[in-house]
Amino acid sequence: MAKYLLLKHYRGAPAPVNDVPMDRWTPEEIAAHVQYMNDFAHRLEETGEFVDGQALAPDGMFVRYDGEGRPPVTDGPFAETKDLIAGWMVIDVDSRDRAVALAGELSAAPGAGGRPIHEWLEVRPFLTSPPTITE
Amino acid sequence: MTPALDEALLRRLAPVVLGVLVRRGADFAAAEDAVQEALVEAVHAWPADPPRDPTGWLVTVGWRRFLDATRADAARRRRESAVGDEPAPGPATAVDDTLRLYFLCAHPSLTPSSAVALTLRAVGGLTTRQIARAYLVPEATMAQRISRAKRTVSGVRFDRPGDVATVLRVLYLVFNEGYSGDVDLAAEAIRLTRQLAAASDHPEVAGLLALMLLHHARRASRTAPDGSLVPLADQDRGRWDTAAIAEGVAILQGALARDRVGEFQAQAAVAALHADAPAAAETDWVQIVEWYDVLAGLTDSPVVRLNRAVAVGEADGPRAGLAALAALDDTLPRHTAVAAYLHERDGDAVTAARLYAEAARQATTLAERDHLTRQAARLHARGADS
Repeated sequence: MAKYLLLKHYRGAPAPVNDVPMDRWTPEEIAAHVQYMNDFAHRLEETGEFVDGQALAPDGMFVRYDGEGRPPVTDGPFAETKDLIAGWMVIDVDSRDRAVALAGELSAAPGAGGRPIHEWLEVRPFLTSPPTITE
Repeated sequence: MTPALDEALLRRLAPVVLGVLVRRGADFAAAEDAVQEALVEAVHAWPADPPRDPTGWLVTVGWRRFLDATRADAARRRRESAVGDEPAPGPATAVDDTLRLYFLCAHPSLTPSSAVALTLRAVGGLTTRQIARAYLVPEATMAQRISRAKRTVSGVRFDRPGDVATVLRVLYLVFNEGYSGDVDLAAEAIRLTRQLAAASDHPEVAGLLALMLLHHARRASRTAPDGSLVPLADQDRGRWDTAAIAEGVAILQGALARDRVGEFQAQAAVAALHADAPAAAETDWVQIVEWYDVLAGLTDSPVVRLNRAVAVGEADGPRAGLAALAALDDTLPRHTAVAAYLHERDGDAVTAARLYAEAARQATTLAERDHLTRQAARLHARGADS
C-alpha cells in the first residue's frame, strides 16, 4: 500500500543496454514496443495496482516569477544536456520489492531487433500521510 | 416519519445480509455483488418507503439480484438449479456469519491491500468508489483489486474459523494508514473492530479496540491548524476526547484482567499511560519502558525497540536513551530522528541539528519531513551550526 513513481527519461539516465534511438527502429519494432507498454498498463489495471500513466512532449521551458507587476520570465527550450523526463507511471503496490519488480518488467520493453531495451527507470516512493500510531 | 436515510444502519446490515446469502448457497463473490446492488436500491427506495424489516428487505432484494445475475449467466445455469429458490437457514447465527466474513476478507492468501479493500466493501458496506477515493487510486483499479481478491478467496470454505490475528492486522492497517476521501477510515476501523469485538471473545480484539480509541481520542490535538504535526509532548491535552479515553481504558482493563496479554493490549497500555498523564512532564515513563519490554518479548518489531529507546531516554535520561539506541541497527526508519531528539535533550544542539536535517531527508511522510526540517531550522536559528 505504497505509491511509487516510475520515471522514464529521454535524457539524463544512464545509457540502456540496447541503445538504439527509436527513430532507427523498424515500424514493426515500434508497434511491438507500444503494444508492450499498453499491455503492461492494462495488466496493472487488472491487478489493481495502476494509478496513472502519462507521456510528456519533449519541448518545454523554465518559467519563474520576475517581480510584482511583471510577466513571468521564460527560458527555453531545454538545453541538450538537461535531464529530460519522457513520461511516468504511478503504481500502488504492497511493497518496495513489488515496485522494483514492476519497474524491471517495464524496462524490458522491446526495442531494436525486438530485444529488450534494458532502459534505466527511476523509481521514487511517494511521501505518505503519517501513521496514526507512532509510539 | 424519517425521510433521511440511515446510512449507518445500511452499512451495519451489509455483512449480515451477505452472511445470509452465502449460507443459502450463493457463492461469496456473486453474493457480495448482489448485496451491493441491494444497498444501492435501498438508498433510492427507503427514504420514500422505509421498510418495517430492513434486514428482511435487503435479504429479499439481495437474493433476487443474486438469482437474476445467476440466471443471466448461462454458464451458471446448472449451479442455479443446485442452489434452488428455497432458503435453507441452517443452524448458524448472524454473529457467526459476520465473524466468518471477517476471516474470509482477511484470508492469508490475500495481499494486505486486497484484504483491506475487500474488508471495507464486504464487511464495511462501503462502495468501490468510496474505497478508491480513500486510498487515492482510480475507481477502475480498486474495482479490479476487489474482484481479484474475491476470486482469490472463492475456493475458501466459509464455515471454517480463521486466525483472528490476520483480521486484526487488516483492521490495524485501515486505522493506521487512513488516507483522505469522504470516508473517515479511522472511525470506520473503530466501527468494524467494535463489531468484531461484539462477535468474538478474544482479548486482543479488545486490545486493538482500546488502542484505536486511545489514539483516536488525541486526533484533534495531533495537527496544528496549518496541518503541521504536533508531537505528543506539545499537544493540548485539554482537547483530548475524555469519553473515548475512558472507554478505551475500561476496555483495556477488562482485556488485561484475563491475563492473556498480546501485542495490541501492550500497545494500548502504553497509549493509556500517555492518556493518564495530565501533563507531558507527569508521564509515567518507567511503566512505559516496562510495557515496551513486554512488547519486545511479544514481537521482534524494530519500531518497538526504537520506541523503547525513546522511553528509556525519558525515564533514565538522554544518555541512557542514546545507549539503548546505540544497540540498534542505525538503518531503522526514524533511528536518526530519535538520535537527534536525544542529542538535543542531552544539550548537544550542533549534533542534534545535523541529525534532524539528515532525518528530514530520510522521512517517508510529508508531515514528518516538515516537522524534522523545522526542528533543524529551530536549532540553526539559535546558532547551532557545525
